[in-house]
Parts: sequence; structure tokens; C-alpha cells
Amino acid sequence: MQPISSQADDGGILIAPDKGWVALDLAELWQYRELFYFWVWRDIKVRYKQTVLGAAWAIIQPLMSMVVFSLFFGGLAKIPSDGLPYPIFSYAALVPWTFFSTGLTTASNSLVNNSHIITKVYFPRLIIPTSNVVAMGVDFLLAFAVLLVMMLGYGIVPTVNVIWLPLFFLLALVTSLGVALWFSAMNVQFRDVRYTIPFLTQFWLFATPIAYPSSLIENDWLRLVYGINPMTGVVEGFRWALLGTDTAPGWMIMVSSVVAVLLLVGGLYYFKRMEKNFADVV
Amino acid sequence: MSDIAIRVENLGKQYRIGARQEKYQTLRDAMVETVAAPFKRARQLMRGEAYGAANLSQIIWALKDVSFEVKHGDTLGIVGHNGAGKSTLLKILSRITKPSEGYARVYGRVGSLLEVGTGFHLELTGRENIYLNGTILGMHRPEIERKFDEIVAFSGVEQFIDTPVKFYSSGMRLRLGFAVAAHLEPEILVIDEVLAVGDAEFQKKSLNKMSDVAHAGRTVLFVSHNLAAVQTLCNKGILLKGGQVVYRGTASEVVDEYLATKQQASSMTFDANTKRRGNGQARILGARLLNREGQEINSISMGGSVTVEIEFETYAPLRNPNFGVRLGSAMNQHLALWRTLETHGEMPDSQRGGVVRLTIDALNLMPGMYALTLGISDAFQDYDVVDEALELEIDAAPVYATGKLPPAGRAILYTPCSWEYDYQ
Repeated sequence: MQPISSQADDGGILIAPDKGWVALDLAELWQYRELFYFWVWRDIKVRYKQTVLGAAWAIIQPLMSMVVFSLFFGGLAKIPSDGLPYPIFSYAALVPWTFFSTGLTTASNSLVNNSHIITKVYFPRLIIPTSNVVAMGVDFLLAFAVLLVMMLGYGIVPTVNVIWLPLFFLLALVTSLGVALWFSAMNVQFRDVRYTIPFLTQFWLFATPIAYPSSLIENDWLRLVYGINPMTGVVEGFRWALLGTDTAPGWMIMVSSVVAVLLLVGGLYYFKRMEKNFADVV
Repeated sequence: MSDIAIRVENLGKQYRIGARQEKYQTLRDAMVETVAAPFKRARQLMRGEAYGAANLSQIIWALKDVSFEVKHGDTLGIVGHNGAGKSTLLKILSRITKPSEGYARVYGRVGSLLEVGTGFHLELTGRENIYLNGTILGMHRPEIERKFDEIVAFSGVEQFIDTPVKFYSSGMRLRLGFAVAAHLEPEILVIDEVLAVGDAEFQKKSLNKMSDVAHAGRTVLFVSHNLAAVQTLCNKGILLKGGQVVYRGTASEVVDEYLATKQQASSMTFDANTKRRGNGQARILGARLLNREGQEINSISMGGSVTVEIEFETYAPLRNPNFGVRLGSAMNQHLALWRTLETHGEMPDSQRGGVVRLTIDALNLMPGMYALTLGISDAFQDYDVVDEALELEIDAAPVYATGKLPPAGRAILYTPCSWEYDYQ
């Protein structure tokens, strides 16, 4: 009775061992919102500071992928593209994909890369991977601007469904962050994770209908299963909203959304649980 | 509300280190182990246990049963040897790491300063880094804006404030980092060895600033090897040894106690509990001071000679290792550096480790306490560095013709000299 009562809350901040699963403590995150803003700002500023081409990298990556895809998948393999010119068909998917995969990659390595800060000062560690993913939004906007220019060139007018686009972007962000939270926390203890991420993103790239349309899968049930990959929902959503393909978000996007939210919530709790060890093992 | 700022009760922190489970017994065991391992690993992963925790045999308590209270307005000096648990204690109170048992309760906003310039990014300008560093340390934007000019003026890098920090000298970076930290105004300030860096002028400046903070009625927890600073800045103190509080009292009493009980042993062994720097490719296991006869000593007379013996092991063969010993004052100024690279020449490769000995012929030092930092490195990186691994006491001796003993604590060097005079 005695030790427990003296530990009772009497106004101060309690520092005690964590047992089991930990609460997310969203109130604390809100207190640190200013620091989060600065981290995003820092990530954006730093990324292109020492590069020759600077922000052009945000465009080069999806653009070059598009060229390669168009040559080999569109040109040589004659993969169908839902009746659209293959370049814009693939680029519309590569824009959210690049946001997803670069966000995932940088955020997964973020805790390890900032170990010197983690061992010297306290703040909610969630800020680090989250700001990495959010900062990638700038890259996304640049690549997206190029997409609009391309659409103009091909004479494609976005459908009214374009109002749903922010939701698809959000889905990509949630998925990217959800996976990154798992990986960044694991990466602190198991440096193998760093080497698995490139494999994973490559595998994931081909498991997502970027180089090919999901309409290749004709069975409705199978398409639903395909939606378990949240990026399927994102990519088809982008094409539907912008290019007017016949991939209106139905049950598939519901499946994608549920999976993405599960990944994020699971990732948050896993991250919080591992957080207590970060400073000791990183 | 009570007048207590920090209450610590039975605080303990354990670290698990190294040593794998027993070797595989048979091939069958090995196969079973291989199949079972990923599951075991996955289970640990989900529970948030440290890497391979179940396989580990050695548990080390960096802190054990630590209890104390700090009142508002007190400045508490935390004194102890390398590895006594001082830094672990500060890390727990700064919430960087969680305790394994017990608890602490902190009443008021805590600002912790375990390093100068945390989060500085070399590509960003001084101005940008002030904002970044200030925010990381817990300041708010309006607060930083209000103090910005003052911070810049204090740092003395006005001209370069819009230059990326990578073009700064290390001294400038240090001053900028300290300038930001010095303008932190939390109710409780936790400081670790910040004064142990920089040149004498910088140390003096930062000491003055710290003294202002301490006398402004702020609650301060202060860890330093600089005993003089502990005595000036702090009114209370605790002495840590092996992770436990062994003495508490006024700062002066604690410093006296520390000096009285210190270094009965002239040889030190270092383990996972020791604070180290470097990539860990090699590890310093122990060190001792020897006289010409090969006996262990912990003090020598002024001008005497001493041999520093370092025992080390390596985890990978070392190519042409460079061993170094650095002499520092009690104020932690760097006084002398002996590295095999310059003072001996190329060392042969080391496969498994061994012992190296450095003999210093004549240490022309004034009486007082000195510290030796030991390191193993190569041209590119530090393998292992143990700061202030050994302490060396220099005893007063009649080194001058008068036969009088020079005073302790007034100066560092002495040299043979002669006087002439020409009175009117």
C-alpha cells in the first residue's frame, strides 16, 4: 500500500518503468506539435541542400521509372493500360507510389540515423518517422505538378471525382507511415531491417497495379483480395479520379482502407511499446 | 504544493549485455534451435525486449536503489567515478530512458542539457540551427524569437549567423550550442559535463553563466568531473558508487568524501558499464599506473616518471592501431597527448589484443589531481575511448633549490628556472 500511494499523482511528472502495452498519449504529441513542425521543416530543407539537382530529384525518379515502364511494359510487352496512353497510365500511379516508397524508406531508417539525438534529449520519438513521411509531401506536390502538365499534353481533363484525390493521398500517407512505424522501431534493434526495405519496396512495386491495370484480374472476389495491398486502392483511386478509368473505388478501396488503418494503429502501438528501449539499444 | 522539485525512490536501471547462450550441443539441437529461434525472436520483438534478451546471461545494474529528494532552488551536484551511474541517472530524469524499477517524480518543467548543440544540422545555417536546437531543447518559437539577438550576441558568431554550420570551427559550433542552451529557462535544469568541452575561456564563460542560473533560484542537477565547479555551483551533493548513493551532504562534504575514498585502487577494470566512445571494434579492458619497479601506484612526485599500462582486446584484427593517452587537469583541460602515431611510429597489427605500456619520463606538473584518457584508434576512427579512465595524483616535492614545496591547485606546469634582480 505504502509505495503505491506515494507514487500516486500529486501534480508532478511520473517517471516509472513501462509494463506491457503503453497508451499512445496523443495529448503529449499535441504538446510537441511545434517540434513536429520544425522536424518537417528541417527534413525538407536538408534533403536537397547538398544535391546538385536539388528538388529536381523529386521529379526525376518517377519520370525515369515511367520512361522505363513505357518502353518495356507498354512498348515491348504490350501490357494493356485501360485504354489510356501508357506513359500517363503508369506515371499517374508512380506519383503516389514514389511518395509511398521514399517515405517508407527514409522513415524506416530515421531513428537509426538520428540516434545521436535520441540518446541526448527527450521528445516523443513518433515525431521522427512521421515528419519524414510528411516531408515527402513536397516531393509529391512537385511530381504531381508534372502529372498535371502531362495531362494537359495528352488533353486529358480530370473528372469531377478529383475532389476525392486528397483522400487517396491520405491513404498512401497512412500506409507509408503505418509500415514505417513497424520498420523504424524494428530497425533500432535489428539492423537487418535496413537491408530488407529495398527488397520489400521492389516486391511491393510489382504487387501493385502500377505497370499493369488491376482490371487484368477479372474475378470480383480476387480483386477484393487484391485490395489487401492498400497501394492498390491508392493507385486505382488516382487513375479513377484523374484519368477517368473505370476503377471506381468500391469494396476494394474499403478493404485497402481498413488494412491501412490497421497497419497504422498496430504500428503506433508497436512503436510506443518499443520506444522505451530506443535510447538503450540504438 | 510541497517544496520538493524532484523525488527519486528506489530507482534502478539494468542493462543486459553480450554473451550468447551455451553452444549448440548436437546437430539435432542446432537444427531445433535454428527452427525455433525466429519464433523466439519474434516473441521478444513483440514484447519489446532488448535484442536477444532471453539469451543473455549478464545483467548489469547501472543504478540500484537510488533514492533522494531535491528541493526547489537547490543545486545538486552528482559526483562519482566513470561508470558510477551518474549519466544513467540524468538520462532517466531527462526521460531519455526508462528506469527498470522504482520511480521518480518531477515537479516542474525539466530542461536537460546532456550535450551542447543537440540536433545541429551541418547543412543548416546558424540562424536555422538556433531555432531547431531551441525547439528540441523545449523552447517555444516566440521564446526563441524574443531571445534570438541575445543568443547570437552571447555566442559571438554574429557575422556567420547565416552561414551553414558546416563552415564553422568546432569552437564556434560549441559556442553557438551553448548560447542556445544557456537561454533555456526551465524550472529544473539537468546538466551533464557540458563544461568539459571547449577552451579555458569558453569554460569560464559557461561556468559564469551556470553560476547565474544556479543563483537565480533555479533547481539544478549537475554532473561533472570538475570538482571545483561542483563546489562553486552546488549547495547539495550526492556521491554515487557502483550505481548506488553512498554519501549525501553539502557539495563540499561530498567532494571531500569523493576525494577521500577515491582511487585506493590504482588499477581500473572497464566493462559494459563504463562510459565509452568509439565503434567498439576494440575494447579497453583495464589500465593501471606503474612505477619503475613495476609496482602499482596512484601518485607520483613532481617531475617523476610513470608507466601507463593498457590492456585491451579486439573483436576484429586491428591494422596498425594507434594507441593514445591524454593527460587532463581536474578542470578537464587537455594538457598533453601521447599517441603511438607520433611518439613511437607504426604499431604492428593486433589479432586478439594484449597490453601496451607508455612510460612518461618526467611529468613536470604542479601538485594536484590529473586524469588520463585512454584511446585506441586508427587514422579514420576511434575504436574505443575511455574518458578519464585513470586518475593520477601529483605529490608536492622539493623540486627547487629552496627545498620549499610548491602550492597545490595554483598552476599546472613547473619548469626549472632562475631569477636575477637589479634593484634601484
